[in-house]
Amino acid sequence: MNSAIPEISPAIDARPVKAKARVALQVPIYKLAAGPFFSGIAIAVHMAIAKKQPPFETMAYTWFLGIVLGLFLLGALLQAFVKPMRRWWAHIAPLLTAAVLLLTIWEIITTGLRWLPMPYFPSPAGVLASMIDDRKLLFDSTWHSLFLLLSGYALGVAVALITGICIGWFGTARYWGMPLLKILGPIPATAWIPLAMVVSPSATFSAVGLIALAVWFPVTMLTVSGISNTRASYLDVAKTLGAGPSYLIFKVAIPAAMPSIFIGLFMGLGTSFLTLVVAETVGVKSGLGWYVSWAQGWAEYGKVYGALVIMAFFFSSIMTLLFKVRDRVLVWQKGAIKW
Amino acid sequence: MVTSSSHPNEGSALRIHQVSKDFPASDNPERRVPALDTVDLSVGASELVSIVGPSGCGKSTLLRLIAGLDTVSSGELWVGSEPITGPNAQRGLVFQDPNLFPWLTVKGNIQAGLVARGLLGEKRHEVDEFLKLVGLQDFANSYPHHLSGGMAQRVALARALINHPKVLLLDEPLGALDAFTRMRMQDEVLRLWQARGTTMLLVTHDIDEAIYMSDSIVIMTPHPGRIERTIRVDLERPRQRNSQEFLQLRGEILELLHFAGRAVH
Repeated sequence: MNSAIPEISPAIDARPVKAKARVALQVPIYKLAAGPFFSGIAIAVHMAIAKKQPPFETMAYTWFLGIVLGLFLLGALLQAFVKPMRRWWAHIAPLLTAAVLLLTIWEIITTGLRWLPMPYFPSPAGVLASMIDDRKLLFDSTWHSLFLLLSGYALGVAVALITGICIGWFGTARYWGMPLLKILGPIPATAWIPLAMVVSPSATFSAVGLIALAVWFPVTMLTVSGISNTRASYLDVAKTLGAGPSYLIFKVAIPAAMPSIFIGLFMGLGTSFLTLVVAETVGVKSGLGWYVSWAQGWAEYGKVYGALVIMAFFFSSIMTLLFKVRDRVLVWQKGAIKW
Repeated sequence: MVTSSSHPNEGSALRIHQVSKDFPASDNPERRVPALDTVDLSVGASELVSIVGPSGCGKSTLLRLIAGLDTVSSGELWVGSEPITGPNAQRGLVFQDPNLFPWLTVKGNIQAGLVARGLLGEKRHEVDEFLKLVGLQDFANSYPHHLSGGMAQRVALARALINHPKVLLLDEPLGALDAFTRMRMQDEVLRLWQARGTTMLLVTHDIDEAIYMSDSIVIMTPHPGRIERTIRVDLERPRQRNSQEFLQLRGEILELLHFAGRAVH
């Protein structure tokens, strides 16, 4: 290259990518104080109500509320010194306070006022006590569910990506694959349970297969759509840059399809949760889905709610994890698209 | 002043011989609509030639044929002594929309051609040179949607040029830019052209741009696309946009296009 050519300065039409205004943030005092205040109220309410209860059922919850109070105080203290924490704390503190408030109301209308029929509506203290009581089985169940979910999801996604890319890219695969996808895909995976129980050598095996099937359809569909809607001009440009078929598929069509593929991954995750719980309820004799129906059979509703609490954390953590993966993979969309 | 002699670039002349192209009509695939009718055009090595003409005159069709993205209905296209049979890295193409790959950074986009051809390993050093050449070394790791229109188009130019194409096809590359950015980018493209001696074919709607930049101007008329006239621009470079000769030439072309437009209808 001829280095004698004058180079234009980048400043000419460079505009700042995004000016970030960092205003010194002060978390208002009521936001800091509300958490500890309502935690204190919750403890007081619990103590008052717990007098009528056997102590082994209430101690754990007292400790729990004590820890919550401690965390509120710690958070309020830390945010004064750790600046990066401030924005986060200002955002999260009101939500946590509301959660404590809800727990208090729950306790008042259950064991406090006895408005709701027992044993269907235990108090939060009762739920916590059953969770601690049955921790070993709950842990085992969670572990089983995680194993089933991850293996089914991974298998489904892997197969879906291959079929989706083939159907989206190759005309012949599209001709033969699309009708199959359109006819078989919309059948809910759980409808295959009778067949799965007959065909499969073990219940675990069939559950993994069902979850994979549930994931396969949305991921395939959205992958096909993403691949086949790749902007023709991207492909044209790549061809004039000397791209061969593998570059066009792996470096143009697949990255271009990624936003669409992620929509499929999220939809697939939703259907996989559903299929997991159903499969565990009717087939596999372990896992959180099984635990819920088993506890219900013994009318141990504290355990039912305990399992639901764990499911809530379990499923939302996996969802959050997928969001994080998407943020990493689709970092190029940041700023262009409102998430 | 750059001529073909100061950049001996054998084999990069472009020859278009009796090229016609028709498409199936949108309402009836049996019927063919002619888009280009027996077009003949020669662009000398290291020349910069502009094509101007109203919409529907087949400018973009012609460019796609030269790029190898479409096939001719009849006729032949040659670069040097090689017939054009399909797209490859010897003929770069820059569109009005920069069409940067949004999932790649500025650097990733510029090196895309090297990656595609498996040459990144041996030519990695060129990536930084091209980043510098288009003045975007500070934006190497930015993603395309953070760039202004002018910056994005400079990335698109660098991305096409890193392959050292024999011919660079420019399809209204500056059409979407505001007037000031546009004039600056015209100088930018001229600078790249003079530096590299690439044969360039520029489609534009802007007659001033055509006169300011090109060695000769091809005027096309629509329905079907034909070459009406080729005008040699013998003005000294760098050209003065408000010189007497410039304005006179501008008047001539405007008159010609006006006349050409009436003759067709």
